[in-house]
Amino acid sequence: MPAIISVIDVSKTYASGFTALHGVDLDINEGEIFALLGPNGAGKTTLINIICGIVNASFGSVSVAGHDNVTEFRAARSAIGLVPQELTLDMFESVWATVNFSRGLFGKPKNHAYVEKILRQLSLWDKKDSRILSLSGGMKRRLLIAKALAHEPRILFLDEPTAGVDVELRRGMWDVISGMRADGVTIILTTHYIEEAELMADRVGVILKGGIVLVERKDELMRKLGRKMLVLDLQSPLVTLPAGLDAHNLVLSPDGKHLTYTFDTKSERTGITALLNDLRSAGVTFSDLRTEESSLEDIFVDLVKKAAQ
Amino acid sequence: MNIVAVRALFAFEMSRWRRTLMQSVISPVLSTSLYFVVFGAAIGSRISEVEGVSYGAFIVPGLIMMLILAQSTANASFGIYFPRFTGTIYEILSAPVSALEIVLGYVGAAATKSVILGLIVLVTASFFVEVRIAHPFWMLAFLLLTSIAFSLLGFIVGLWAEGFEKLQLIPLLIITPLSFLGGTFYSLNMLPPFWKTVTLLNPIVYLISGFRWSFYEISDVSVGVSLLMTLVFLLVCLAVIWLIFKTGYRLKA
Repeated sequence: MPAIISVIDVSKTYASGFTALHGVDLDINEGEIFALLGPNGAGKTTLINIICGIVNASFGSVSVAGHDNVTEFRAARSAIGLVPQELTLDMFESVWATVNFSRGLFGKPKNHAYVEKILRQLSLWDKKDSRILSLSGGMKRRLLIAKALAHEPRILFLDEPTAGVDVELRRGMWDVISGMRADGVTIILTTHYIEEAELMADRVGVILKGGIVLVERKDELMRKLGRKMLVLDLQSPLVTLPAGLDAHNLVLSPDGKHLTYTFDTKSERTGITALLNDLRSAGVTFSDLRTEESSLEDIFVDLVKKAAQ
Repeated sequence: MNIVAVRALFAFEMSRWRRTLMQSVISPVLSTSLYFVVFGAAIGSRISEVEGVSYGAFIVPGLIMMLILAQSTANASFGIYFPRFTGTIYEILSAPVSALEIVLGYVGAAATKSVILGLIVLVTASFFVEVRIAHPFWMLAFLLLTSIAFSLLGFIVGLWAEGFEKLQLIPLLIITPLSFLGGTFYSLNMLPPFWKTVTLLNPIVYLISGFRWSFYEISDVSVGVSLLMTLVFLLVCLAVIWLIFKTGYRLKA
Protein backbone atom coordinates (compact mmCIF):
# COMPACT_ATOMS: atom_id res chain seq x y z
CA MET A 1 0.00 0.00 0.00
CA PRO A 2 1.33 3.45 -0.89
CA ALA A 3 1.85 6.02 1.87
CA ILE A 4 -0.78 8.73 1.83
CA ILE A 5 1.00 10.70 4.54
CA SER A 6 4.76 10.87 4.95
CA VAL A 7 6.20 12.59 7.98
CA ILE A 8 9.92 13.04 7.50
CA ASP A 9 12.23 13.95 10.36
CA VAL A 10 9.78 16.37 11.95
CA SER A 11 10.80 18.22 15.10
CA LYS A 12 8.95 20.82 17.07
CA THR A 13 10.30 23.13 19.71
CA TYR A 14 7.77 25.61 21.07
CA ALA A 15 8.67 29.22 21.79
CA SER A 16 8.79 28.29 25.47
CA GLY A 17 11.74 26.04 24.68
CA PHE A 18 9.73 22.85 25.18
CA THR A 19 10.55 20.21 22.60
CA ALA A 20 7.33 18.40 21.80
CA LEU A 21 8.64 16.28 18.94
CA HIS A 22 12.09 15.25 17.86
CA GLY A 23 12.92 13.61 14.56
CA VAL A 24 9.59 11.91 13.92
CA ASP A 25 9.37 9.71 10.82
CA LEU A 26 6.03 8.16 10.06
CA ASP A 27 4.22 6.78 7.02
CA ILE A 28 0.48 6.31 6.97
CA ASN A 29 -0.83 3.92 4.35
CA GLU A 30 -3.83 4.67 2.21
CA GLY A 31 -7.03 3.07 3.45
CA GLU A 32 -5.80 1.93 6.83
CA ILE A 33 -6.88 2.75 10.34
CA PHE A 34 -3.83 3.88 12.23
CA ALA A 35 -3.98 4.28 15.98
CA LEU A 36 -1.54 6.65 17.61
CA LEU A 37 -1.11 5.80 21.24
CA GLY A 38 0.76 7.72 23.84
CA PRO A 39 0.39 9.09 27.32
CA ASN A 40 -0.70 12.68 27.88
CA GLY A 41 1.89 15.17 26.68
CA ALA A 42 3.69 12.65 24.48
CA GLY A 43 3.20 14.79 21.38
CA LYS A 44 0.18 13.17 19.72
CA THR A 45 -1.79 16.36 19.22
CA THR A 46 1.30 18.33 18.21
CA LEU A 47 2.03 15.77 15.51
CA ILE A 48 -1.55 15.89 14.22
CA ASN A 49 -1.56 19.68 14.29
CA ILE A 50 1.64 19.82 12.28
CA ILE A 51 0.27 17.45 9.64
CA CYS A 52 -2.95 19.47 9.41
CA GLY A 53 -1.15 22.83 9.19
CA ILE A 54 -2.27 24.27 12.52
CA VAL A 55 1.22 24.22 14.01
CA ASN A 56 4.41 24.94 12.09
CA ALA A 57 7.14 22.33 12.35
CA SER A 58 10.54 23.59 13.52
CA PHE A 59 12.25 21.11 11.26
CA GLY A 60 11.40 18.40 8.76
CA SER A 61 8.62 18.03 6.22
CA VAL A 62 5.23 16.44 5.77
CA SER A 63 3.68 15.31 2.54
CA VAL A 64 -0.01 14.57 2.24
CA ALA A 65 -1.33 12.73 -0.82
CA GLY A 66 1.93 13.60 -2.57
CA HIS A 67 1.81 17.31 -1.73
CA ASP A 68 4.13 19.13 0.65
CA ASN A 69 1.94 20.54 3.39
CA VAL A 70 3.66 23.94 3.40
CA THR A 71 4.49 24.74 -0.22
CA GLU A 72 1.37 23.02 -1.59
CA PHE A 73 -0.82 23.59 1.44
CA ARG A 74 -4.04 23.84 -0.53
CA ALA A 75 -3.80 20.41 -2.09
CA ALA A 76 -2.45 18.87 1.11
CA ARG A 77 -5.09 20.32 3.42
CA SER A 78 -7.94 19.61 1.00
CA ALA A 79 -7.28 15.91 1.50
CA ILE A 80 -7.62 16.07 5.27
CA GLY A 81 -10.56 16.29 7.64
CA LEU A 82 -9.77 16.96 11.28
CA VAL A 83 -11.89 16.13 14.30
CA PRO A 84 -10.35 18.00 17.23
CA GLN A 85 -10.18 16.74 20.76
CA GLU A 86 -12.16 19.58 22.33
CA LEU A 87 -15.79 20.23 21.47
CA THR A 88 -15.01 23.48 19.69
CA LEU A 89 -18.13 24.60 17.87
CA ASP A 90 -19.97 27.84 17.19
CA MET A 91 -22.68 27.33 19.77
CA PHE A 92 -25.18 29.75 18.24
CA GLU A 93 -25.04 28.31 14.73
CA SER A 94 -27.40 25.65 13.46
CA VAL A 95 -26.16 22.16 12.64
CA TRP A 96 -27.01 22.59 8.99
CA ALA A 97 -25.26 25.96 8.69
CA THR A 98 -22.06 24.86 10.37
CA VAL A 99 -21.60 21.73 8.25
CA ASN A 100 -22.20 23.72 5.07
CA PHE A 101 -19.77 26.36 6.32
CA SER A 102 -17.07 23.71 6.74
CA ARG A 103 -17.66 22.51 3.22
CA GLY A 104 -17.42 26.03 1.84
CA LEU A 105 -14.27 26.75 3.83
CA PHE A 106 -12.58 23.90 2.02
CA GLY A 107 -13.60 25.41 -1.29
CA LYS A 108 -16.20 22.81 -2.20
CA PRO A 109 -19.37 23.95 -4.00
CA LYS A 110 -22.67 23.45 -2.21
CA ASN A 111 -23.97 19.89 -2.21
CA HIS A 112 -27.02 19.53 -0.04
CA ALA A 113 -27.55 15.89 -0.93
CA TYR A 114 -24.08 15.00 0.32
CA VAL A 115 -24.40 17.01 3.54
CA GLU A 116 -27.75 15.35 4.15
CA LYS A 117 -26.16 11.93 3.66
CA ILE A 118 -23.48 12.64 6.26
CA LEU A 119 -25.96 14.03 8.76
CA ARG A 120 -28.15 10.96 8.34
CA GLN A 121 -25.18 8.63 8.74
CA LEU A 122 -24.26 10.34 11.97
CA SER A 123 -27.88 10.39 13.22
CA LEU A 124 -28.00 14.17 13.19
CA TRP A 125 -30.50 14.72 10.44
CA ASP A 126 -33.48 15.44 12.70
CA LYS A 127 -31.29 17.97 14.54
CA LYS A 128 -30.25 19.85 11.43
CA ASP A 129 -32.09 23.04 12.34
CA SER A 130 -31.18 22.95 16.01
CA ARG A 131 -28.72 25.32 17.52
CA ILE A 132 -25.51 23.59 18.45
CA LEU A 133 -25.73 24.62 22.09
CA SER A 134 -28.88 22.51 22.43
CA LEU A 135 -27.08 19.32 21.40
CA SER A 136 -25.83 16.68 23.83
CA GLY A 137 -22.11 15.95 24.17
CA GLY A 138 -22.33 12.87 21.98
CA MET A 139 -24.16 14.80 19.28
CA LYS A 140 -21.58 17.56 19.36
CA ARG A 141 -18.86 14.97 18.93
CA ARG A 142 -20.68 13.50 15.93
CA LEU A 143 -21.24 17.00 14.55
CA LEU A 144 -17.48 17.59 14.63
CA ILE A 145 -17.09 14.43 12.58
CA ALA A 146 -19.77 15.66 10.15
CA LYS A 147 -17.91 18.97 9.78
CA ALA A 148 -14.64 17.14 9.15
CA LEU A 149 -16.29 14.96 6.50
CA ALA A 150 -18.15 17.84 4.86
CA HIS A 151 -15.50 18.37 2.19
CA GLU A 152 -15.17 14.68 1.29
CA PRO A 153 -11.62 14.20 2.61
CA ARG A 154 -9.52 11.13 1.82
CA ILE A 155 -7.93 11.25 5.25
CA LEU A 156 -9.63 11.72 8.57
CA PHE A 157 -7.88 12.60 11.81
CA LEU A 158 -9.76 11.77 14.96
CA ASP A 159 -8.12 13.21 18.05
CA GLU A 160 -9.58 11.27 20.98
CA PRO A 161 -12.93 10.69 19.25
CA THR A 162 -14.53 8.88 22.15
CA ALA A 163 -13.19 10.91 25.06
CA GLY A 164 -16.07 11.62 27.41
CA VAL A 165 -18.52 9.56 25.38
CA ASP A 166 -20.59 6.91 27.11
CA VAL A 167 -20.18 3.23 26.30
CA GLU A 168 -23.15 2.95 24.00
CA LEU A 169 -22.22 6.03 22.02
CA ARG A 170 -18.65 4.84 21.84
CA ARG A 171 -19.82 1.68 20.13
CA GLY A 172 -21.89 3.82 17.79
CA MET A 173 -18.78 5.84 17.03
CA TRP A 174 -16.85 2.70 16.22
CA ASP A 175 -19.54 1.73 13.72
CA VAL A 176 -19.30 5.16 12.14
CA ILE A 177 -15.52 4.85 11.85
CA SER A 178 -15.75 1.36 10.36
CA GLY A 179 -18.26 2.70 7.86
CA MET A 180 -15.91 5.46 6.79
CA ARG A 181 -13.10 2.99 6.42
CA ALA A 182 -15.32 0.90 4.17
CA ASP A 183 -15.77 4.04 2.04
CA GLY A 184 -12.00 4.10 1.57
CA VAL A 185 -11.15 6.90 3.97
CA THR A 186 -7.78 6.64 5.67
CA ILE A 187 -8.24 7.11 9.40
CA ILE A 188 -5.73 8.20 11.99
CA LEU A 189 -6.98 8.17 15.54
CA THR A 190 -5.42 8.98 18.83
CA THR A 191 -6.98 7.45 21.83
CA HIS A 192 -6.65 6.76 25.50
CA TYR A 193 -8.90 3.75 25.23
CA ILE A 194 -6.46 1.14 24.18
CA GLU A 195 -9.23 -1.38 23.65
CA GLU A 196 -10.38 0.98 20.93
CA ALA A 197 -7.07 0.71 19.11
CA GLU A 198 -7.02 -3.00 19.71
CA LEU A 199 -10.48 -3.37 18.24
CA MET A 200 -10.20 -1.10 15.23
CA ALA A 201 -6.66 -0.34 14.16
CA ASP A 202 -4.74 -2.05 11.39
CA ARG A 203 -1.51 -0.57 12.65
CA VAL A 204 -0.48 0.95 15.91
CA GLY A 205 2.11 3.63 16.55
CA VAL A 206 3.32 4.47 20.00
CA ILE A 207 4.65 7.93 20.72
CA LEU A 208 6.57 8.63 23.89
CA LYS A 209 8.27 11.85 24.93
CA GLY A 210 8.05 13.30 21.41
CA GLY A 211 9.44 10.31 19.55
CA ILE A 212 7.82 7.39 17.77
CA VAL A 213 9.06 4.33 19.63
CA LEU A 214 7.11 1.71 17.76
CA VAL A 215 5.05 1.26 14.59
CA GLU A 216 3.73 -2.17 13.94
CA ARG A 217 0.82 -4.05 12.48
CA LYS A 218 -1.49 -4.59 15.39
CA ASP A 219 -1.76 -8.37 15.08
CA GLU A 220 1.99 -8.66 14.63
CA LEU A 221 2.56 -6.47 17.62
CA MET A 222 0.30 -8.60 19.71
CA ARG A 223 2.14 -11.68 18.58
CA LYS A 224 5.58 -10.24 18.95
CA LEU A 225 5.19 -8.64 22.29
CA GLY A 226 2.29 -10.75 23.38
CA ARG A 227 2.70 -13.19 26.17
CA LYS A 228 0.32 -15.96 26.86
CA MET A 229 -0.53 -17.27 30.24
CA LEU A 230 -1.62 -20.80 31.00
CA VAL A 231 -3.78 -20.87 34.09
CA LEU A 232 -4.41 -24.18 35.83
CA ASP A 233 -7.27 -24.57 38.29
CA LEU A 234 -6.05 -27.08 40.83
CA GLN A 235 -8.21 -29.87 42.20
CA SER A 236 -6.76 -29.50 45.67
CA PRO A 237 -5.10 -26.27 46.88
CA LEU A 238 -1.33 -26.23 47.33
CA VAL A 239 0.54 -24.52 50.14
CA THR A 240 3.87 -24.45 48.37
CA LEU A 241 5.10 -25.47 44.96
CA PRO A 242 6.18 -29.11 44.96
CA ALA A 243 9.87 -29.72 44.36
CA GLY A 244 10.75 -30.41 40.74
CA LEU A 245 8.60 -27.58 39.43
CA ASP A 246 10.97 -24.75 40.34
CA ALA A 247 12.46 -24.57 36.84
CA HIS A 248 9.14 -23.57 35.28
CA ASN A 249 8.69 -20.12 36.82
CA LEU A 250 5.23 -20.97 38.03
CA VAL A 251 3.23 -18.56 40.11
CA LEU A 252 0.94 -19.95 42.77
CA SER A 253 -2.08 -17.83 43.59
CA PRO A 254 -2.39 -16.67 47.23
CA ASP A 255 -5.29 -19.04 47.84
CA GLY A 256 -3.26 -21.91 46.41
CA LYS A 257 -5.96 -22.84 43.92
CA HIS A 258 -4.40 -21.65 40.68
CA LEU A 259 -1.05 -22.02 39.00
CA THR A 260 -0.06 -19.54 36.33
CA TYR A 261 2.56 -20.31 33.72
CA THR A 262 3.68 -17.46 31.44
CA PHE A 263 5.18 -18.28 28.07
CA ASP A 264 6.25 -16.51 24.95
CA THR A 265 4.11 -17.27 21.91
CA LYS A 266 6.87 -16.52 19.44
CA SER A 267 9.49 -18.85 20.90
CA GLU A 268 9.71 -22.26 19.28
CA ARG A 269 9.43 -24.15 22.52
CA THR A 270 6.77 -22.91 24.82
CA GLY A 271 7.69 -25.45 27.47
CA ILE A 272 4.10 -26.53 27.95
CA THR A 273 4.70 -30.22 27.32
CA ALA A 274 7.59 -30.34 29.77
CA LEU A 275 5.51 -28.50 32.34
CA LEU A 276 2.59 -30.88 32.02
CA ASN A 277 4.92 -33.88 32.31
CA ASP A 278 6.55 -32.46 35.43
CA LEU A 279 3.14 -31.66 36.94
CA ARG A 280 2.11 -35.26 36.51
CA SER A 281 5.33 -36.54 38.06
CA ALA A 282 4.81 -34.18 40.98
CA GLY A 283 1.28 -35.51 41.39
CA VAL A 284 -0.44 -32.16 40.82
CA THR A 285 -3.88 -32.64 39.33
CA PHE A 286 -6.06 -29.92 37.88
CA SER A 287 -9.72 -29.57 37.09
CA ASP A 288 -9.50 -27.00 34.31
CA LEU A 289 -7.02 -25.04 32.27
CA ARG A 290 -7.22 -21.93 30.13
CA THR A 291 -4.87 -19.56 28.34
CA GLU A 292 -4.96 -15.78 28.47
CA GLU A 293 -3.36 -13.40 26.04
CA SER A 294 -1.90 -10.07 27.06
CA SER A 295 -3.85 -7.12 25.69
CA LEU A 296 -2.51 -4.16 23.81
CA GLU A 297 -2.93 -2.27 27.03
CA ASP A 298 -0.44 -4.53 28.82
CA ILE A 299 1.96 -4.10 25.93
CA PHE A 300 1.53 -0.37 26.01
CA VAL A 301 2.00 -0.07 29.75
CA ASP A 302 5.12 -2.21 29.41
CA LEU A 303 6.55 0.12 26.75
CA VAL A 304 5.81 3.21 28.78
CA LYS A 305 7.47 1.68 31.81
CA LYS A 306 10.55 0.75 29.82
CA ALA A 307 10.80 4.25 28.38
CA ALA A 308 10.53 5.75 31.83
CA GLN A 309 13.47 3.72 33.11
CA MET B 1 -7.81 31.85 -4.95
CA ASN B 2 -10.36 29.96 -2.87
CA ILE B 3 -13.32 32.22 -3.61
CA VAL B 4 -15.79 29.71 -2.17
CA ALA B 5 -13.99 29.88 1.18
CA VAL B 6 -13.96 33.70 1.17
CA ARG B 7 -17.67 33.63 0.52
CA ALA B 8 -18.21 31.07 3.29
CA LEU B 9 -16.30 33.19 5.83
CA PHE B 10 -18.09 36.33 4.67
CA ALA B 11 -21.52 34.68 4.88
CA PHE B 12 -20.69 33.25 8.31
CA GLU B 13 -19.81 36.69 9.65
CA MET B 14 -22.87 38.30 8.09
CA SER B 15 -25.16 35.65 9.54
CA ARG B 16 -23.67 36.27 12.98
CA TRP B 17 -24.57 39.91 12.44
CA ARG B 18 -28.11 39.15 11.39
CA ARG B 19 -28.56 36.84 14.35
CA THR B 20 -27.79 39.69 16.70
CA LEU B 21 -29.65 42.40 14.80
CA MET B 22 -30.73 44.10 17.99
CA GLN B 23 -27.25 44.83 19.29
CA SER B 24 -25.44 44.99 15.97
CA VAL B 25 -27.74 47.29 14.01
CA ILE B 26 -30.51 48.79 16.06
CA SER B 27 -28.43 49.78 19.05
CA PRO B 28 -25.66 51.70 17.20
CA VAL B 29 -28.18 53.38 14.92
CA LEU B 30 -30.32 54.37 17.88
CA SER B 31 -27.45 55.75 19.94
CA THR B 32 -26.12 57.74 16.99
CA SER B 33 -29.59 59.09 16.31
CA LEU B 34 -29.72 60.31 19.87
CA TYR B 35 -26.85 62.65 19.02
CA PHE B 36 -28.92 64.20 16.24
CA VAL B 37 -31.80 64.72 18.58
CA VAL B 38 -29.73 66.13 21.44
CA PHE B 39 -27.02 68.04 19.59
CA GLY B 40 -28.82 68.73 16.37
CA ALA B 41 -32.34 69.59 17.44
CA ALA B 42 -32.09 70.56 21.10
CA ILE B 43 -28.69 72.22 21.52
CA GLY B 44 -28.03 72.87 17.85
CA SER B 45 -30.85 75.38 17.60
CA ARG B 46 -28.89 77.59 20.02
CA ILE B 47 -25.60 77.31 18.13
CA SER B 48 -25.14 79.46 15.08
CA GLU B 49 -24.18 77.98 11.76
CA VAL B 50 -20.69 76.55 11.34
CA GLU B 51 -19.06 77.80 8.16
CA GLY B 52 -22.43 78.28 6.53
CA VAL B 53 -23.90 74.92 7.54
CA SER B 54 -26.51 74.47 10.26
CA TYR B 55 -25.02 72.82 13.35
CA GLY B 56 -27.30 69.78 13.13
CA ALA B 57 -26.20 69.08 9.56
CA PHE B 58 -22.58 69.94 10.35
CA ILE B 59 -22.19 67.10 12.85
CA VAL B 60 -23.73 64.39 10.61
CA PRO B 61 -20.53 63.37 8.73
CA GLY B 62 -18.54 63.36 11.95
CA LEU B 63 -21.13 61.21 13.72
CA ILE B 64 -21.20 58.72 10.87
CA MET B 65 -17.41 58.60 10.93
CA MET B 66 -17.42 58.01 14.69
CA LEU B 67 -19.87 55.18 14.27
CA ILE B 68 -17.84 53.63 11.44
CA LEU B 69 -14.58 53.78 13.37
CA ALA B 70 -16.08 52.19 16.46
CA GLN B 71 -18.14 49.56 14.64
CA SER B 72 -15.44 48.52 12.18
CA THR B 73 -12.92 48.00 14.95
CA ALA B 74 -15.36 46.24 17.24
CA ASN B 75 -16.84 43.99 14.56
CA ALA B 76 -13.61 42.89 12.97
CA SER B 77 -11.80 42.38 16.26
CA PHE B 78 -14.61 40.31 17.72
CA GLY B 79 -14.98 38.35 14.49
CA ILE B 80 -11.45 36.97 14.60
CA TYR B 81 -10.98 36.98 18.38
CA PHE B 82 -14.02 34.83 19.10
CA PRO B 83 -12.87 31.75 17.13
CA ARG B 84 -9.48 32.11 18.81
CA PHE B 85 -11.21 32.25 22.17
CA THR B 86 -13.53 29.27 21.58
CA GLY B 87 -10.98 27.25 19.63
CA THR B 88 -12.99 27.02 16.42
CA ILE B 89 -10.06 28.74 14.69
CA TYR B 90 -8.61 25.23 14.23
CA GLU B 91 -10.93 24.74 11.31
CA ILE B 92 -9.83 27.90 9.54
CA LEU B 93 -6.15 27.17 10.12
CA SER B 94 -6.49 23.63 8.80
CA ALA B 95 -8.52 24.67 5.75
CA PRO B 96 -6.95 25.30 2.35
CA VAL B 97 -7.26 29.07 2.71
CA SER B 98 -4.50 31.63 2.48
CA ALA B 99 -3.99 34.58 4.82
CA LEU B 100 -5.32 36.89 2.13
CA GLU B 101 -8.55 34.90 1.89
CA ILE B 102 -9.04 34.91 5.65
CA VAL B 103 -8.56 38.68 5.75
CA LEU B 104 -10.88 39.19 2.77
CA GLY B 105 -13.61 37.17 4.48
CA TYR B 106 -13.41 38.74 7.92
CA VAL B 107 -12.44 42.30 7.01
CA GLY B 108 -14.75 42.30 4.00
CA ALA B 109 -17.69 41.37 6.22
CA ALA B 110 -16.80 43.89 8.93
CA ALA B 111 -16.38 46.69 6.40
CA THR B 112 -19.66 45.78 4.68
CA LYS B 113 -21.50 45.97 8.00
CA SER B 114 -19.96 49.39 8.69
CA VAL B 115 -20.93 50.77 5.29
CA ILE B 116 -24.49 49.51 5.75
CA LEU B 117 -24.67 51.04 9.23
CA GLY B 118 -23.23 54.32 7.94
CA LEU B 119 -25.84 54.51 5.21
CA ILE B 120 -28.67 53.67 7.63
CA VAL B 121 -27.54 56.48 9.92
CA LEU B 122 -27.25 58.84 6.96
CA VAL B 123 -30.84 58.11 5.97
CA THR B 124 -31.98 58.42 9.59
CA ALA B 125 -30.16 61.77 9.92
CA SER B 126 -31.94 63.12 6.89
CA PHE B 127 -35.21 62.85 8.82
CA PHE B 128 -33.92 65.18 11.53
CA VAL B 129 -31.68 67.62 9.71
CA GLU B 130 -31.16 68.83 6.18
CA VAL B 131 -28.31 66.75 4.78
CA ARG B 132 -26.74 67.70 1.49
CA ILE B 133 -24.17 65.57 -0.32
CA ALA B 134 -22.02 67.57 -2.70
CA HIS B 135 -19.79 64.72 -3.85
CA PRO B 136 -21.60 61.38 -3.56
CA PHE B 137 -18.72 59.48 -5.16
CA TRP B 138 -16.16 60.82 -2.70
CA MET B 139 -18.59 60.38 0.16
CA LEU B 140 -18.86 56.68 -0.67
CA ALA B 141 -15.13 56.42 -1.29
CA PHE B 142 -14.27 57.88 2.14
CA LEU B 143 -16.94 55.71 3.76
CA LEU B 144 -15.60 52.56 2.13
CA LEU B 145 -11.89 53.28 2.62
CA THR B 146 -12.35 54.20 6.28
CA SER B 147 -14.50 51.14 6.89
CA ILE B 148 -11.87 48.89 5.36
CA ALA B 149 -8.97 50.61 7.15
CA PHE B 150 -10.56 50.35 10.59
CA SER B 151 -11.79 46.83 9.97
CA LEU B 152 -8.16 45.96 9.25
CA LEU B 153 -7.20 47.67 12.50
CA GLY B 154 -9.92 45.71 14.29
CA PHE B 155 -8.61 42.49 12.79
CA ILE B 156 -5.16 43.29 14.18
CA VAL B 157 -6.64 44.04 17.59
CA GLY B 158 -8.54 40.75 17.48
CA LEU B 159 -5.34 38.87 16.76
CA TRP B 160 -3.37 40.72 19.39
CA ALA B 161 -5.91 40.54 22.21
CA GLU B 162 -5.53 37.80 24.78
CA GLY B 163 -8.77 38.54 26.58
CA PHE B 164 -12.02 40.39 26.19
CA GLU B 165 -10.58 43.24 28.21
CA LYS B 166 -7.81 43.89 25.71
CA LEU B 167 -10.37 43.66 22.94
CA GLN B 168 -12.11 46.73 24.38
CA LEU B 169 -8.91 48.58 25.16
CA ILE B 170 -8.14 50.14 21.78
CA PRO B 171 -11.71 51.22 20.93
CA LEU B 172 -12.29 52.57 24.42
CA LEU B 173 -8.98 54.27 25.15
CA ILE B 174 -7.90 55.39 21.71
CA ILE B 175 -10.60 55.44 19.09
CA THR B 176 -13.48 56.92 21.08
CA PRO B 177 -11.48 59.80 22.63
CA LEU B 178 -9.71 60.57 19.36
CA SER B 179 -12.96 60.70 17.44
CA PHE B 180 -14.57 62.96 20.04
CA LEU B 181 -11.55 65.26 19.78
CA GLY B 182 -11.29 64.86 16.03
CA GLY B 183 -13.71 67.56 15.01
CA THR B 184 -16.98 65.66 15.04
CA PHE B 185 -18.73 68.39 16.98
CA TYR B 186 -16.70 71.46 15.99
CA SER B 187 -14.62 72.97 13.26
CA LEU B 188 -10.92 73.23 14.01
CA ASN B 189 -11.18 76.93 13.24
CA MET B 190 -13.23 77.31 16.43
CA LEU B 191 -10.17 76.27 18.49
CA PRO B 192 -7.37 78.50 19.83
CA PRO B 193 -4.23 78.23 17.60
CA PHE B 194 -2.32 76.03 20.07
CA TRP B 195 -5.09 73.44 20.37
CA LYS B 196 -5.64 73.56 16.66
CA THR B 197 -2.01 72.51 16.11
CA VAL B 198 -2.31 69.77 18.72
CA THR B 199 -5.51 68.51 17.12
CA LEU B 200 -3.77 68.16 13.77
CA LEU B 201 -1.74 65.34 15.33
CA ASN B 202 -4.94 63.37 15.65
CA PRO B 203 -5.25 61.17 12.55
CA ILE B 204 -9.01 60.97 12.87
CA VAL B 205 -9.25 64.73 12.14
CA TYR B 206 -8.22 63.96 8.56
CA LEU B 207 -10.84 61.26 8.12
CA ILE B 208 -13.66 63.40 9.44
CA SER B 209 -12.53 66.47 7.55
CA GLY B 210 -12.39 64.65 4.22
CA PHE B 211 -15.72 63.00 4.80
CA ARG B 212 -17.35 66.29 5.73
CA TRP B 213 -15.93 67.92 2.62
CA SER B 214 -17.74 65.34 0.46
CA PHE B 215 -20.99 66.61 2.04
CA TYR B 216 -20.61 70.38 2.38
CA GLU B 217 -17.34 71.23 0.65
CA ILE B 218 -15.95 72.60 3.90
CA SER B 219 -12.88 71.04 5.48
CA ASP B 220 -10.32 71.60 8.21
CA VAL B 221 -7.48 70.22 6.13
CA SER B 222 -7.16 69.81 2.39
CA VAL B 223 -9.05 66.87 0.88
CA GLY B 224 -5.94 65.53 -0.79
CA VAL B 225 -4.22 65.25 2.59
CA SER B 226 -7.30 63.53 4.02
CA LEU B 227 -7.34 60.99 1.25
CA LEU B 228 -3.61 60.42 1.57
CA MET B 229 -3.89 59.88 5.33
CA THR B 230 -6.69 57.38 4.85
CA LEU B 231 -4.65 55.45 2.31
CA VAL B 232 -1.52 55.54 4.47
CA PHE B 233 -3.46 54.20 7.42
CA LEU B 234 -4.90 51.44 5.23
CA LEU B 235 -1.48 50.46 3.95
CA VAL B 236 0.05 50.42 7.43
CA CYS B 237 -2.68 48.07 8.63
CA LEU B 238 -2.21 45.83 5.61
CA ALA B 239 1.53 45.69 6.24
CA VAL B 240 1.02 44.75 9.90
CA ILE B 241 -1.40 41.97 8.94
CA TRP B 242 0.99 40.69 6.31
CA LEU B 243 3.69 40.51 8.99
CA ILE B 244 1.36 38.73 11.40
CA PHE B 245 0.58 35.99 8.93
CA LYS B 246 4.16 35.72 7.79
CA THR B 247 5.36 35.09 11.32
CA GLY B 248 2.24 33.22 12.44
CA TYR B 249 2.05 35.52 15.47
CA ARG B 250 -0.78 34.53 17.84
CA LEU B 251 -2.20 32.25 15.16
CA LYS B 252 0.20 29.37 14.90
CA ALA B 253 2.44 27.98 17.59
